[in-house]
Amino acid sequence: MPTIVVEVMPKAEILDPQGKAVAGALTRLGHNQFSGVRIGKRFELTVDGPVTAETLAAAKTIAEDILSNSVIEDVVSISEAK
Amino acid sequence: MSTHVADTVDNAIATPDKVQPYGALGLKDDEYAEIRKILGRRPTSGELAMYSVMWSEHCSYKSSKIYLRQFGQKVSEKMKEKLMVGMGENAGVVDVGEGWAVTFKVESHNHPSYIEPFQGAATGVGGIVRDIISMGARPVAVMDQLRFGAIDHPDTPRVLHGVVGGISFYGNCLGLPNIGGETYFDSCYQGNPLVNALSVGVLRHEDLHLANASGVGNKIVLFGARTGGDGIGGASILASDSFDSTGPTKRPAVQVGDPFAEKVLIECCLELYREGLVEGIQDLGAAGISCATSELASNGDGGMFVELDHVLLRDPTLTAEEILMSESQERMMAVVKPELLDQFMAVVNKWDVETSVLGEVTDTGRLVIHHGGEEIVNVDPRTVAIDGPVYERPVAYPTWIDALQADSADKLARPQSGAELKDQFLSLVASPNLADKSLITTQYDYFVMGNTALSFPDDAGMIRVDEESGLGFAIATDANGRYCQLDPYQGARLALAEAYRNVAVSGAVPAAVTDCLNFGSPENPEVMWQFKRAVEGLADGCLELEIPVTGGNVSFYNQTGDAPIHPTPVVGVLGVIDDVARRIPSSWQDEGNNIYLLGYTRTELDGSAWAGTIHNHLGGVPPVVDLAQEKELADLLQGAAIESLILSAHDLSDGGLGQALAESVMRFGVGARVWLDEIIERDGVDAATALFSESTGRVIVSVPREDDVRFLGLCEARNYPVLRIGVTDQGGEDAKLDVQGLFEVSVAEIRQRSNETLPKYFG
Repeated sequence: MPTIVVEVMPKAEILDPQGKAVAGALTRLGHNQFSGVRIGKRFELTVDGPVTAETLAAAKTIAEDILSNSVIEDVVSISEAK
Repeated sequence: MSTHVADTVDNAIATPDKVQPYGALGLKDDEYAEIRKILGRRPTSGELAMYSVMWSEHCSYKSSKIYLRQFGQKVSEKMKEKLMVGMGENAGVVDVGEGWAVTFKVESHNHPSYIEPFQGAATGVGGIVRDIISMGARPVAVMDQLRFGAIDHPDTPRVLHGVVGGISFYGNCLGLPNIGGETYFDSCYQGNPLVNALSVGVLRHEDLHLANASGVGNKIVLFGARTGGDGIGGASILASDSFDSTGPTKRPAVQVGDPFAEKVLIECCLELYREGLVEGIQDLGAAGISCATSELASNGDGGMFVELDHVLLRDPTLTAEEILMSESQERMMAVVKPELLDQFMAVVNKWDVETSVLGEVTDTGRLVIHHGGEEIVNVDPRTVAIDGPVYERPVAYPTWIDALQADSADKLARPQSGAELKDQFLSLVASPNLADKSLITTQYDYFVMGNTALSFPDDAGMIRVDEESGLGFAIATDANGRYCQLDPYQGARLALAEAYRNVAVSGAVPAAVTDCLNFGSPENPEVMWQFKRAVEGLADGCLELEIPVTGGNVSFYNQTGDAPIHPTPVVGVLGVIDDVARRIPSSWQDEGNNIYLLGYTRTELDGSAWAGTIHNHLGGVPPVVDLAQEKELADLLQGAAIESLILSAHDLSDGGLGQALAESVMRFGVGARVWLDEIIERDGVDAATALFSESTGRVIVSVPREDDVRFLGLCEARNYPVLRIGVTDQGGEDAKLDVQGLFEVSVAEIRQRSNETLPKYFG
């Protein structure tokens, strides 16, 4: 099935407690090569029929209005899954 | 990495004519001119950042200061007896006996909670809890006072779910019981909900800590979360305007909190106090490092040197101005003796709390901040933190208020028949402001820590302080915006009287007050008049009751569109109880007990829940408040509590006797037979008034039959009006409230009407 993938990340300036917790755990487990972790969200939107400019535009609208909270999050990508 | 170059003091001297974006930072022309006069030069961009946030209404109280002074002036010797720390510190501290003290404060987080309800409300809890920690206390409870827009407005669920979720998330993660609060709906709060957060902490007298930086050579230490680019209100302009066009662009004005980091911070601070490793301490809230450094220095020896490069950053691209203004959560600043620094570091390392030494206390009388080896701030800290601008803003008697007060509820049709009374009684029970709030309160932990003696839906929350002796405190908050709209002076006194009465009915002795004054724009002379009258009412009332205001907060600029909110001075009263085992619950638990009404009922329906719910009416003048009588009532209740004469006591306020009866039967499902004839006869009122009037100084109590004579003797000795108005009846499935000669309604139906309202809109 054709799928559109929307990725949302917490804004760069905003604290990401979840990412911070994982980063702390990695250090404790000895994986010192990673200095930071930030955790976002990935949405897979299934489409009946081909992905068109219209469906992508509709995905953009819901990504910005519904799937993300524009006060603290950014939509970083909207694309058709390969 | 940014190529941002900090604006140094030398640079400021060399370029006196550089145009600075003070207007966009919220400073007025004359305020900017005053800063230039104080410094004898233009401020650096860092100094401008500090002055702009510290001279903001939120931090400087520039419009309210001249009125708030009354809280310090209208005091008697008795009011000072128990007060260990009064207004001006992070929170007031009250001696509760046995070597224990309690600290408490209420603060607003209104605007962030509208933009981002969840994080706004969550960080509101986090902020007030840090105020409590910074006094040297262990936080033991929180409470929230919430005002939302109309219950049926499409935006209200977004705000309510976010706010309640944020409060429960942060408070529950911290493991703090939420023991009370308020929830009201009114369209005046539609575009500007009120989210006030209160916290209470407990400490031994010797653990008291204050926010001052004394002792030359003592180290200034920043610990807790790293500093990031969040919550930089005005700095969005700093970063995108003329300071530096290459810096990071727009910074979000809201913050995301991490309650688990705060929990660790609480335990870490308490260990630091126990080990005696801290000289002075301050939490970082609004205005971040700007506020902490300038306030600590002002309250101490006056001098401080800080190297901003030592601040641990989450985002290395932050400019100096942004570091100074960042409102990143979960941070504290401590003053530590150099010889204790190693021990201090051992404790913070044990708790995994990141820490850096920023500088030290000096005797220069100047707050000097370096960044990149250059001096970017050199100011007298008092000019930043204490001697900010003070405004006597224009005050105007509202043009509309005479007409509003003349529009009394006396002309509204009152129900006559039993059927009509029953119908309106149930409509009130189901109305959004009186309906069951468990949809909200069940999301909060309220027995965690194991010391909660009273909580929702009791009139006051109560916490045990000492597990051996049973010593405890009770706390209740109140504000009726409708009454304050009719008359802010009386409205504030009514809020005080009700919170005081709510504490008294729990069996505690009222001891101190905190307030959160939520108003519209101070630049509106009519709002300023409302504010002036409310503060006068509250200060006069506290003097009459002889309980001091220990601290609080002012929130201006609360408006929906151009319309200011109803003045909403939230008043919190804290009381002390020798043994929480002697607390008085607020509802009936057994059958066969006599129900007494204390106090007189007058025809006072103006501004009442009845007028609002049944007639959608707001007009007239609020009920009379007689604080001397409230004091007598509180004394009477304490006398009765000490002799264990009463089984329950419930304050009469919103919705009057009808609502108090409904709440008393619903809680434990115990029925009652009640008669209004004697109230009607003695007080010269009709049945509707007896049920729905909101006259003050009234409480219903239940008394076991065998204690009748002693209880009545107590009332007679104190000359307090008392009438037997009924008797509690059997519980169980058939339990009913029988208002004799008028109507009968099953407890199941009352419960159903009360319980169905909130889920209908938010379920």
